[in-house]
Amino acid sequence: MPLETRNLAGGYGDRPIVAAVNLSLQTGEWLSLLGANGSGKSTLLRLMSRILKPQTGVALLDGRDIHHLSPTVAAQKLALLPQQQTVPEGLTVYQLVSLGRSPHQPWWQWELDADGREQVEQALHWTEINHYRDRPVIELSGGERQRAFLALALAQDPKVLLLDEPTTFLDLHYQLQLLELLKRLNRQQGLSIITVLHDINLAARYSDRLALLRQGHLWGVGTPTEMLTPENLREVFDIDVTLMHTPVGLQICPLAAAQPSQPELTATSP
Amino acid sequence: MTTTVRSPQASPTRPCQRQRVFLAAMLLLAGLALVIFLSLTNGSVALTWPELVAAALRQGDTVNQTILWDLRLPRVLAALLVGAALGLAGALLQGMLRNGLASPFLLGISAGAGLMVVLVVGVGLLQIWVPLGAWLGAVVTTLLVYLLARTGTTLSVERLILGGVAFSSFFGAIQSLMLLMSPDGQIQAALNWLIGSLNGRGWTEVTLVGPGILVASIAGCLLARQVNLLSLGDDLATGLGTSLLRSRCLIGAVATLLAAGAVSIAGLVGFVGLIVPHGVRLLVGTDYRLVLPFSALGGALVLSGADLMARTGPVELPVGVVTAMLGAPVFIWLLHRRRTRGGV
Repeated sequence: MPLETRNLAGGYGDRPIVAAVNLSLQTGEWLSLLGANGSGKSTLLRLMSRILKPQTGVALLDGRDIHHLSPTVAAQKLALLPQQQTVPEGLTVYQLVSLGRSPHQPWWQWELDADGREQVEQALHWTEINHYRDRPVIELSGGERQRAFLALALAQDPKVLLLDEPTTFLDLHYQLQLLELLKRLNRQQGLSIITVLHDINLAARYSDRLALLRQGHLWGVGTPTEMLTPENLREVFDIDVTLMHTPVGLQICPLAAAQPSQPELTATSP
Repeated sequence: MTTTVRSPQASPTRPCQRQRVFLAAMLLLAGLALVIFLSLTNGSVALTWPELVAAALRQGDTVNQTILWDLRLPRVLAALLVGAALGLAGALLQGMLRNGLASPFLLGISAGAGLMVVLVVGVGLLQIWVPLGAWLGAVVTTLLVYLLARTGTTLSVERLILGGVAFSSFFGAIQSLMLLMSPDGQIQAALNWLIGSLNGRGWTEVTLVGPGILVASIAGCLLARQVNLLSLGDDLATGLGTSLLRSRCLIGAVATLLAAGAVSIAGLVGFVGLIVPHGVRLLVGTDYRLVLPFSALGGALVLSGADLMARTGPVELPVGVVTAMLGAPVFIWLLHRRRTRGGV
């Protein structure tokens, strides 16, 4: 099991946002974290990627506590694509992707070695951004930029890739393009993937399993068919849905925001 | 910086970038050679080329030998050291704090050093204590800022900057109060140091502080890859295996030692550490493996040039006045240029 959490709890300051999470990622699996706003899915991802320290519990990377591993050793196996990226002015795509080799370079090694250069070329090739490798990242469109940052993470040559809402700022074309690319890497390179996704349909379409979070707790884990039932979605997302079987598998169509009791509109009307 | 869409053939720009870096290096080194030559020959007693060579070989007129070896050479070396230290410290802090407005003095160094110097002068200790006092004040204040900024095991950029601002204004206020209450002669002595000057700096300062600045400069340049990673933001830097706390402490420590060393030689010379890294980034781009060494070179060039101008006028000016008078307009021009290009 490449990545596993045991009784993991954490948040910002002393306030726990997620608690008692037991979750394990299988090798070569794509797992998506789903939940309403504030359910703690991003926090859980940040706990697993060492950005936040857990209050209790552990996150294990290949059986070793990720927060006690040396940062570089952890970074050799686990890469992260954060939701928001800082782009230094003037940095070119090739320079950006080269930085992905950092955890594999000893501190005295100034330039990439042959192995590192090959890995960078590979990442540029996989993400199909070879033709603008010398352009400044800041000039790229949203979709191109996201692929450049994905190439950075792939140059890191990780076993596990964590992505925090990778499709948020992309239009539909680029959303599908990025997720298809991840699917290929997942299938062909055996990359294990955890994504936080807002879009339930995209998650259902691409993930092997879905982990549903509600109010900081892991509500349930299972295949899309198991998890996406109208009852579950009502409970976790407070929405009424109908299920559709489409050429790309099971999808949902949201019908209405579920309302446990009708609010004042009727009460105040004459 | 020109950016064009390039053909998909294998990296046609890298030779071009190499050429640009090489050209920039040649330009800086030629500038340095010229400034050093002018600094050694110009002054109240002008030396011709044969006289300079003779004096350098310890031959000919003994007055010329003294002028070269005991007056001009140590002063040029002091200018080079101070400039390199300030340029490099500024580049390190701008990279670490991801803030183009960061100067070597941002983390409270100027206020701490200034307060200590005013104290030393006020108590009436010998001038010999001024450099040591300045160094101590700089280092202790930065330590306080780091302690204030640290929360648990994290060290955030915002808290560092705010801590620096807080200590700077507090110590600055005490310093102003003491200056106001001190007798006339002392104000003059302290003010000269607060503005920054290389007047009368000799071998004592160079041999005492020089080795430290050299070691810290090498250490600073070795941190370039860490600075590159930090510029990607906290989350991504962590994901790439950086320990934010450790690298911020290391970079801050090196930058502080550099700036404190510079301050103990020349006082508070402003604007060099702020502007040089900006100019260097225009020349060689954003890769800190290049920006850091080039900032040291550029700082050395700018400060030795400024000192040359400061002492060739009819009245010798403190070099800090020259850097501020030249630096501020250049900075305004840089800001304007970035605005018209639609940058930040």
